[in-house]
Amino acid sequence: MIAASFSSFGAGFLFGIGLWLSGMANPRKVIDFLDVAGNWDPSLLLVMGGAVAVTAAFFRPLIRKKDIKFEKTDIDAPLVIGAAVFGLGWGIGGYCPGPALTALSNLSAEASVFVAAMIVGGIVGKIRR
Amino acid sequence: MANFTPVASLLGGLLIGIASVWLLAANGRIAGISGILHGLFVQPPGDRAWRGAFITGLIAAGFAWHLFAGPAPVREGFGLGWAAAAGLLVGIGTRIGGGCTSGHGVCGLGRFSMRSLVAVAVFMVVGMIAAVVTRHVLGVAS
Repeated sequence: MIAASFSSFGAGFLFGIGLWLSGMANPRKVIDFLDVAGNWDPSLLLVMGGAVAVTAAFFRPLIRKKDIKFEKTDIDAPLVIGAAVFGLGWGIGGYCPGPALTALSNLSAEASVFVAAMIVGGIVGKIRR
Repeated sequence: MANFTPVASLLGGLLIGIASVWLLAANGRIAGISGILHGLFVQPPGDRAWRGAFITGLIAAGFAWHLFAGPAPVREGFGLGWAAAAGLLVGIGTRIGGGCTSGHGVCGLGRFSMRSLVAVAVFMVVGMIAAVVTRHVLGVAS
């Protein structure tokens, strides 16, 4: 339990450093990527590409070895509707959950308000399901 | 493309991928951050320790980064009402859709999940439309 928490802390820390180094923790840079009608910044393609290159190499053998099962495999309405609602919020604010959480370190009202609303949204989303 | 940062973004992406493999290999968990966060607030309380530790690490990384790189630039002109609305939508959407950029994106695409591929396509396209409309139609300094 203690060892698992240390390991999990380390993974979260490294993930966070990756978010800052890549520029994803900066919501303006994220929107510079999403805003294809503006001064487009393609950097985030490289963030996703770099991350997926690593997971694509290691995930499937690890999932087999640990015998992890995924409950859902079908493409259903909640998946598509949820992704669309998430995309709407992401495009407006420039924060997805990881960057928003690590941006709490800015001690800005913006990040704190976003994270508080995101937690409330998670609870509301559960009730609605 | 004046702000294009290919090297830093690629290196950062690699770190994100390594961190996700780390959590899977050492903890047997998928690094889907919306799921890790929402799981902290379910009733009855379950496996909160590793979730809290991951999120604490994520936030601690920000403080460590600022020590070296200096404070992050503050976004001017983006109202707190917009931040609240965006946060609410992100919370609801990731809960209903079962994942975000990390869970469906980094991890889901990495295991070649068709569900995740569909989710990523949807949130990318909707995110682009929302960003364009917010900036250019509504005139918000996002």
